[in-house]
Formats: sequence, structure tokens, C-alpha cells
Amino acid sequence: MSARPAGPQVPRTVVLGATGLALTALAAEVLPRALGIPGDVLPPLSVILGALAAELPTPQFRAALGATVVQWGLGLAIAVVLGVSVGVVLGSVPWLRRLTASTVEFLRPIPSVALVPLAVLVLGTQLRSALLLIVYASFWQVLVQTMYGVADVDPVAEQTARSYGLGRWARVRHVLWPTAQPYVATGVRLAAAVALILAITAELVIGSPGLGREIAAAQSGGATALVYGLVLVTGLLGLVVNVGVRALERRLLRWHVSVRGEVAP
Amino acid sequence: MLEVRGLRKVYTSRDRTVEALRDITFSVAAGELVCLVGPSGCGKTTLLKCLAGLLGPTGGEVSVEGRPVSGPPPGMAVVFQVYGRSLFPWMTVAQNVELPLRHKGRGRAERRRLVTAALADVGLSHTPDAYPWQLSGGMQQRVAIARALAYEPHVMLMDEPFAAVDAQTRADLEDLIRTLWDRTGVTTLFVTHDIDEAVYLGERVVVLSSSPTVVQDDLPVDLPRERDQLDTRALPRFTELRSRVYGEIRSAQRAASRADGA
Amino acid sequence: MSLGGRLRRAAELVALPAVLLAAWWVTSDGSESFYFPPLREVVGVLPETWFAGGADARIVSDVLPSLARLLTGYGLAAVVGVGAGLLIGSSPTLRALVEPVLEVFRAVPPPATVPLLVAVAGIDDRMKVLVIVFGCLWPILLNTVEGVRAVDPVLADTCRSYGIRGPGRVRSLVLRSASPQIMTGLRQALSVGIILMVISEMFAASNGIGFTVVQFQRTFAVPQMWTGIIVLGLLGVTLAWVFRAVETRVLRWYEGIRSAHRSGG
Ligand SMILES: Nc1ncnc2c1ncn2[C@@H]1O[C@H](COP(=O)(O)OP(=O)(O)OP(=O)(O)O)[C@@H](O)[C@H]1O
Ligand SMILES: [Mg+2]
Repeated sequence: MSARPAGPQVPRTVVLGATGLALTALAAEVLPRALGIPGDVLPPLSVILGALAAELPTPQFRAALGATVVQWGLGLAIAVVLGVSVGVVLGSVPWLRRLTASTVEFLRPIPSVALVPLAVLVLGTQLRSALLLIVYASFWQVLVQTMYGVADVDPVAEQTARSYGLGRWARVRHVLWPTAQPYVATGVRLAAAVALILAITAELVIGSPGLGREIAAAQSGGATALVYGLVLVTGLLGLVVNVGVRALERRLLRWHVSVRGEVAP
Repeated sequence: MLEVRGLRKVYTSRDRTVEALRDITFSVAAGELVCLVGPSGCGKTTLLKCLAGLLGPTGGEVSVEGRPVSGPPPGMAVVFQVYGRSLFPWMTVAQNVELPLRHKGRGRAERRRLVTAALADVGLSHTPDAYPWQLSGGMQQRVAIARALAYEPHVMLMDEPFAAVDAQTRADLEDLIRTLWDRTGVTTLFVTHDIDEAVYLGERVVVLSSSPTVVQDDLPVDLPRERDQLDTRALPRFTELRSRVYGEIRSAQRAASRADGA
Repeated sequence: MSLGGRLRRAAELVALPAVLLAAWWVTSDGSESFYFPPLREVVGVLPETWFAGGADARIVSDVLPSLARLLTGYGLAAVVGVGAGLLIGSSPTLRALVEPVLEVFRAVPPPATVPLLVAVAGIDDRMKVLVIVFGCLWPILLNTVEGVRAVDPVLADTCRSYGIRGPGRVRSLVLRSASPQIMTGLRQALSVGIILMVISEMFAASNGIGFTVVQFQRTFAVPQMWTGIIVLGLLGVTLAWVFRAVETRVLRWYEGIRSAHRSGG
């Protein structure tokens, strides 16, 4: 995503954006009342926020939020470490890359939810089950982007480094890694969003502890306003993840000419 | 045919204003080939966009074929300075040339005839199915010209179309423009910052000053109608005209820097 | 490519998958583990599990409904997303107004909305299609907006000066020019859509692949459960391949430009 032009243009978009948010909130408050939509279908915003406010201080909520965040962070971290190391190896050894290409292309689109029943049977409803799904889904994002990044290394730079007698490790550090970094960052950004989706999925269908399980519980208890409230919380969590990862990316890659967009496979 | 009276254009963005054109008056008669020269950044592209109805003037009037311009006038074709970006990369050469004709409601057979003829005119008969990005810069430029030709315009505006091609291609394209103009008699306004090119191509040269931009001079080119890269450029009259235009632009620049200094 | 080169490429494509499958087959043969039955047994029960029974076969009664819901939801999301994206992308004011709102909606992990939509729309097909639409819409919409925004101003001027406007302009200029971003959105949406198809069925349904696989797991029909995982995997891989074939056709020009730029320096 490109940076907006600086200067006095920014306030206008900010004002408009805030107006849009305010109008949406207003509509969410007024429309359900005006149209007489029943409270178990779409309660007014104030009712949703009220239900949420009552929930926020409970230890149960805090435990659920914490569990989701921990699962997400742990799963993402494992996927990033695995994806980057495997990606660097596969990407920089041509025969290995050719040999594994078809397998990667086959395994990657397998929906990770296919593993749900297996995870439940073998690993139970614990953290490990959720981690399996999260890691499987986000690993591929990091792996593929890392491989693109490694493939993008300028052969001239690589040969120059070689002719100056840089060893393999030094070449990885000074030539390969700087080139691949923006791609890896893109992979991490995509993986972060996917990891959150799978964390909620695991909580919802496997019943591992977290916000997803709370949502399912509130729904079966008929607490519609709370369901909306908790979904809102997951949305805010998603927003924090998106914005946070993007800001981190921009900080880390400040030196880079262009913070790259996603690469089409 | 083309009428520009007291044209003024000021760009206003939020934090600054640029007066691109101060006071421009000139006209082009039907069937004329006029070259517009001026130093880089003096507002040539801006003037062309006002004529093409792509920009609204800040002051003054522009009319084409007797009608005041308020939007792109029908029957006008524009060849942009950044020709590479003006071709649709998802269409082949032939599709690019054909597109305006389709929207003009021409029948299939006629479209094919016009496209084939236009591509032949610019010497690209052999690459109708190539994509623009598979072509060299000079070839892309010729596609843009072919598209304008096939449109059968009454007026053709060209903005520094040869700025990015090598000397030989440039000479060939210049002769192409002369030949096509000779044959079709389409009213042509050709923008350039190259003084030699302006004198070689035009029947008249309009010289713009540097900013604040006004018309500095408007001189007829009394060279023989048949032009030749070697012979014409070797004529004493060619050298005279060129020196005169050169002098005009230099004095305009000096005047501008004096004004800046004051 | 020479015959030898082609043979070598073919060998590289099949070598690793063949080795992996063979390894699975051999190591699982005679397996006593309850959860990891011999591959021989899994492959043995696959035909009777999915294809036996004519019109009652699971491939008809489960896979087809799942696919139908997925394609309906995905198609609806594509139409609405691209349509709204065209509208929002062509007006800077509208974009500034709605973009933050859209970012919030996009940030909600789509699985979180499953219980919500169960509460609102019941547990029928409508709910599942709605879930899929909600999940697929945002990536398509936001990417379309990005694409429309990035239309080259010189091309836009070209269209104006040749009198190309209205629907013709949308067809010849805007849609084509935004197609790389639109395809990126559609690709992201497809993988989200498959996940949602499965979990909406795992959560509440009476048929569908997700439903069936969970039934197998709950009844400890382990070899059958494995066939379900395989079918689900194959479905994901097939859809990804179909998508890639379409994408390659649609974006041939785009790939051409990119490789022309790369080789041109
Ligand atoms: N969209 C715009 N907004 C603000 N200023 C502009 C804009 N377009 C052009 N200008 C300014 O107007 C002046 C004239 O620009 P223009 O592009 O018309 O010059 P030109 O004679 O075509 O130059 P060149 O020979 O380099 O093509 C310049 O100072 C330029 O910076
Ligand atoms: Mg210009």
C-alpha cells in the first residue's frame, strides 16, 4: 500500500474517514431501531457496546483474549522461522528448488481446515491443535514469498561478492538477506492475517480456548448482542494486527526504495 | 480551424500556484502544419491539453472548427508526449489502433480497412498482433501515430512525439509526418522543443517564450514543400530561419532571467 | 527444449511426490496406530466412501452442495466487490469516506461471523452462502479499489480525447487496467472462501464435505476420515489450478510487461 502524499491533503482524508466511521456507527445505532429489527437479529450499537462493556472486565474475557493472542503469536512465530529457513534453503539451491516445486504447489492450496478432524483426534482440543492449523496455513505464505525474494537476488551482486571471496554465510547475510527482506516482510504480513483467521477457526470448531470459543458459547446461549460485541473485538484485534505489521514493515524497510507489494505467484 | 485567444492557465494546488501560460494568442488555418516550439517547461503540453479539451483554461478562449472547446472536441486526435503510456498494454497493436474506431461506431469491415491502411502508412504492417511492450520506443510511437491516423481526424495534435527516439528513427518519423500531411491535408499542430525539427517540419513556426509564457514570434517557413533531410537542411534559408528562432528563444530566456533577477 | 531436458523436467516434477507417497505407503503398511491407518486401507475405502450409491453417493450429496454454496458465495462476492470497487475507486471523496470503514470490516476474521450469521440467518444454505460472501467480499473490494485508483492518467486522457466513456470506458480501460489487483483479491478470496465453506459446515449443517468429515471423526471412522481429508485437499488443489489457468490467461499482458521490464534492465 502506497504512502499518502504528505501535506495539507492528509487532514481532508482524515476528516472524511472519521465522518465515514461516525456515519456507520450512527447507522448501526439508528437503523435497527427505526426499521424495528428484532434485538436477536441486529441490536442497536449501544446495546452491543453495553453487552461488551459488561463482558470486558470479566477474567473469562481476558483469558480468552490472551489465549487468542498467544496462539496467534506463537503460531505465527513458528511459521515465520520455518518458512524463512526452508525458503532460503530451497530458494538458493537450484536443484532442490526444482525438485520440490511440484510438491510445494500441491501442498500449498490444501485448505488447512482439512486437518481439523485429524488435529482433534490426535492432539485433542488443546493449544497444540490450534497451533497445527495456524502454522500449516501461514507457513506457505512465508515460504513462497521468501523463495521469490531469494530468486530476485541480482546474479551480478552474487558473483561480485563471490569474487571478493565472501563465504557462503557472508553472502547470505550481505547479499541474499537484504534482497529477500522486503519479500519476507510481505510474507509475514499476509501470514499474520491468515494466522488470526485460523486461530479463530480453531477456537470455533475445535473448541480450543479463545475468543472464537467465547463467540460460539455466547451464540448458543442466545446472547446476540454479546456475539456482535465479541466479533467487534476480533475485528479490532485484526485491525491492530494489520496496522501493526504494516507499521513494523515500514520501519524495518525504511532504507528500501520501495516497500514492495504482494507478488503474484 | 484552431483559434486561441488570450489563453491563460494557472495550476493551483493546495500549497502553490504555477502560472503555466500567461497570454497566448494564435490560430491555425484548416490544412496547415504548424510547429510550436518553446523551452522545456514553458507550458507546451499545457497548451495542447487546453486545445484538446482535457484541461479547462483559467482565462481566455479556445475554439476548434468554430466551436468553443469545453470538452474533447470530436474529430480531433492527440498523440501524447508519453506515447508509451498512452497505448493499452492489454491490447495488441491492431486492437489499439482499432479501439477508437469501435467506439466511433464504425463497421467491422471498415475498421479492418482503416487499421490495415494506417499500420501500412507507418510501416508496421508486419506486427499487428504484437503487444506494445514487445516493441521498441520508435515502433510504439508509430503505433500511437497510426491510431491517430486511422481515426480520420480533422485536427491532429502531437506533443513532442520524437523526444525519446534515436536520430535515424527520428528523421524517418519526421519524413513520415510530412508525407502523411501532404497526402491527407489534415490540420496539424506539432509541439517540439527542437528548433531544427520545428523549421524542418512546419509550414509555420510559433515560438513560445519561457515562463511567464506568451507567444514570442510567429513566422512562416518559406521552404520548398518537398523536403529532404539532407538537401533541405543544407539550404541557406533553413539556416537563416533556424538562427532566427534560436535568437528569439535566447532573448526570451534572457528577458525571463532579468525579470527574475529584478 | 531437447527431449533429454524435457524428460529431466518431468522426472523432477514427479520424483519427490512419488518418493513421499511411497514412503507413506511403506511406513504406514502394517501400522497398528489407530489414528494413522495404512495408506493401503485408506485408498481401499475411498471409492466406497465417496462414489458408491449412485445418486446417493457422497460425491453427489455432499461434495456438490458444498461446491455449489462456495461458487454461489464467491460469485456474489466477486460481482458485488468488483462493482462497488469500481464505484468507490473512481471517486476520491467516496474512497476517503468509506475506506476506514472497509478496513474495519476487512479486519474481522471471517470465521468469527459464522456463529453470528447462524443466529441471524439460521443454519440453512443461506447462512453458509452469506458467510462465504462476507469473507470473500473485502479482499476483492479493497483490491479493486486499489486497482481502479491506479489507472494511468495518460490512458485516461487517451480515452477522453477519443470520446471513449461510460460502459465502454469501464470495459476497455478500467477493468483491464485494474485486473492484476482484482485477480490478487480474487485469489485471496478463494482460499478464504474454501475455509469458510468447510467451517460453516463443521459448525452447523446436515450435509457437505465439512459436515461429513467431522461425522467420520466423531464416529471414529478413521480411514474414512482420512479419505475426507484427501478429498478436501484435492478440491483445494483443483480449484487453485483452475484459478491459476484463468489468471494466466487474463494477465498474460501483465506478465509480459513484467518480464520485458526485467530483461530490459
Ligand atoms: N498538473 C500540474 N499541476 C501543477 N503544475 C503543473 C502541472 N502540469 C504542469 N505543471 C507546470 O506547468 C509548467 C508547464 O508544464 P508543461 O508540462 O506544460 O511544460 P512543457 O512545455 O510541456 O515541458 P516539456 O518540454 O518538458 O514537455 C511547468 O512549470 C510545470 O511544472
Ligand atoms: Mg510537454
